[in-house]
Amino acid sequence: MAKDQMVMYEEEFNQIQLVVDKLVKDANAKVVFIVDKNGQLIAAAGDVDNLDTTSLASLTAGNIAATGGMAKLLREEEFATQFHEGSKQNVHIQLVGNRVILVVIFDSRSSLGLVRLRVKKASEELNKIFESLLKKVQEPGADTPFGEITDEDIDNLFND
Amino acid sequence: MSFINYMAREINCKIVYYGPGLCGKTTNLQYIYERTNPSAKGKLISLATETERTLFFDFLPLSLGEIRGFKARFQLYTVPGQVFYDASRKLILKGVDGVVYVADSQIERAEANIESLENLKTNLNEQGYSLEKLPFVIQYNKRDLPNVADVAELRELLNPTGVPEFEAVARTGVGVFETLKAVAKLVLTELKKGGG
Repeated sequence: MAKDQMVMYEEEFNQIQLVVDKLVKDANAKVVFIVDKNGQLIAAAGDVDNLDTTSLASLTAGNIAATGGMAKLLREEEFATQFHEGSKQNVHIQLVGNRVILVVIFDSRSSLGLVRLRVKKASEELNKIFESLLKKVQEPGADTPFGEITDEDIDNLFND
Repeated sequence: MSFINYMAREINCKIVYYGPGLCGKTTNLQYIYERTNPSAKGKLISLATETERTLFFDFLPLSLGEIRGFKARFQLYTVPGQVFYDASRKLILKGVDGVVYVADSQIERAEANIESLENLKTNLNEQGYSLEKLPFVIQYNKRDLPNVADVAELRELLNPTGVPEFEAVARTGVGVFETLKAVAKLVLTELKKGGG
């Protein structure tokens, strides 16, 4: 299972944060966030204070998973883009490198065309970052802070 | 697939509650949600039908405290138990770190229990996992009902390899946290063994 391990380091996190910060501005978006395919929130930017990003992350991943399941049945490789149109807000969902999901929430201050354009550029940048992150994680000797945890550490977690 | 975030000093793990329809998977999550300190939990999300049967999944994020300076966060998911939702069940198993199998102890559900456990194994294999290698615990639920099978019988049917097992009444909370703690411990132990 180690090959699937998702790890986030400070260096890559900062690079990713720069991309999402820029995307919020460039796309006139309300919120941008990145989720891995298992529903873990990786980064967020914009007006996130009043937003339940954990729940949104999990539902986004569920959404992508369901759409991926549909694609498989239709013998499509993937439906990489989704768009949900609301009365006030819209959501653009883009699968990046078949590994992470880029979500942009925007309102009438922006447009689908602009969002698509900016997402395309951001996806390319994110793809590069995640590729190098993946290589780093797979390098032998990549350390983990959990090799040294003791049974006692684990037990302590459950002392109410 | 756990997610170690060095930046946020967090470790995220995914636990899936599996079992036949109406065995009490959602009830487990509801009890955990009700009895957990608000600061340690997020929203309980249920994607259910109008008759409150799980349609896609339930989701509950939990924070268990710190381990070696990292926040230990667990994301609990249930699958829809009804047989015809198999495509959805497969999706939810993606990236799983630990499994709780909830069995319905009632005698007449024996066949449904076996079928669901076999389905779990098949679906895990399809994703390249095997149940033997995953952190895995079993809960015998609904022990308060009059028509339940003996635990010894259930064990023979469902737990031949002797993974940790718990008797439960999820409705009133009996055995619910014991089950959760056991699987969480196994997940963390696995993380330690696997070196991440």
